[in-house]
Amino acid sequence: MKQFISRYPDALIRVLVVFGLVIGGVLIIRSLLPPHLKNTAIHIQMTVDSEKVKPVKYAGSSVCGDCHEEANIKKGGYHKNLSCETCHGPAQAHAENPDEKKPQAPRKREFCEHCHTYDHSRPTGFPQINPVAHNPLKPCILCHNPHDPKPPMTPGECSACHAEIARTKAVSPHVLLECTTCHITPENHKITPRVVKASIPSEREFCGKCHTKESQVKETPKIDLATHGEKYLCWQCHYPHMPELE
Amino acid sequence: MSLSTHAGAGVIMERRKFVSKLFTVLASFTVLKGFFKKAHATPTGYDTSQHYYGMGIQVDKCIGCGMCVEACKIENDVPKEPFFYRTWVERYVIEMDGNVIVQNINGYAEGRSLVKEKDVLRSFFVPKLCNQCDNPPCVQVCPVGATFKTEDGVILVDGNRCIGCRYCVQACPYGARFIHPETQTAQKCTFCYHRITKGLLPACVEVCPTQARIFGDLKSKASPLTRFKRMNKIHVLKPALNTEPKVYYSDLDGEVR
Repeated sequence: MKQFISRYPDALIRVLVVFGLVIGGVLIIRSLLPPHLKNTAIHIQMTVDSEKVKPVKYAGSSVCGDCHEEANIKKGGYHKNLSCETCHGPAQAHAENPDEKKPQAPRKREFCEHCHTYDHSRPTGFPQINPVAHNPLKPCILCHNPHDPKPPMTPGECSACHAEIARTKAVSPHVLLECTTCHITPENHKITPRVVKASIPSEREFCGKCHTKESQVKETPKIDLATHGEKYLCWQCHYPHMPELE
Repeated sequence: MSLSTHAGAGVIMERRKFVSKLFTVLASFTVLKGFFKKAHATPTGYDTSQHYYGMGIQVDKCIGCGMCVEACKIENDVPKEPFFYRTWVERYVIEMDGNVIVQNINGYAEGRSLVKEKDVLRSFFVPKLCNQCDNPPCVQVCPVGATFKTEDGVILVDGNRCIGCRYCVQACPYGARFIHPETQTAQKCTFCYHRITKGLLPACVEVCPTQARIFGDLKSKASPLTRFKRMNKIHVLKPALNTEPKVYYSDLDGEVR
């Protein structure tokens, strides 16, 4: 072996020793490092595991029905798709310890207002009220059961729900027309408005009853149905609740 | 002469032995390494490779109540200050003159619209969160490898390794990341990873009163998300960036960015 080494120049041996020390040092330090710093798969697994064991605070909608009959009542009403925890708050602690930890039961107006205050960014058709005008200071639960919410009585007038249209119509040339002049409203539309819908006119001739040259109705703008507007339907250009005069 | 030849033959023999020993050692290292890797395989019942998560958002259904924001903050211990959000809701107001106003509604719809209603052409809410990109820019820029994509498609952050350098906060085109004021590490929406791996829904999806948020597994043909994607025209945010988000929007207005 000594003979084998001595065959090479001293300089080469020294360089090799330095290289050997560096490589050996790196290997030793690497072996001392914990595995998750070297191996990406282990590092990812450790993070995933630590993420998985974080505590759950919302128990999930399926748990409530195990004890509460009310969960079954809610199946029917407008709130049927709401999770219990939307209103009652995080309930994992309550599910684990039902007697000591009680979830919240919001009874103030302010809570319902989060969803039901009128806001022009909200989708049309979502039930909204003006909290200043709608029975001020009375708690909502006095009239509405939150587990099966519905209007306490059938609305008498169309404007109860269609207030925006009523307001528009009030300043339009059509102000004297009843809603039912143009819309056929079945009685059940007041009870289940989305299932039974009011009719809307579908033909030009309907508007023509008042607005053609031959019409007997006085003081309405008259047009010739054959030449005016060609193939278009009247309400593609004129908004019937606010028809412009010219 | 003959001596030198003999010596030369000896050197060659030594070299051969050395090379063969070297190969033996290297081979045994490789075998051992593979053995160690197997020893670290996952032992849990939840199989990551069987899932690939995404979220659908129906913009037309969002009423901007802020329940999702509150639930997220409770579930994930996000600071209550109105600056730190893992998910948030934006109000878009498009005015008659074409001007677009975007404002964060700060949880329980505290931020009322400042625009007069008669000046509004169209207005709506857009819930936002980490898009869990398939091609995540935040993962690319992390200098210490603290953030990564799991096999089930969720981008996670290792709080122990994160050095709080804010590169990822800058890189995210959706503004989904923030630096936690106490730990000084990056945080973001994890799709409530601790919940979904137990079969629960993310907290925001759980509490949404109008089902504007739909959570599901893209690998399952029967998941609500697969159905949502099939039944709706789908948009993603900033598609030109090729981040391939896994948060899918339906009924999205062209002004949303």
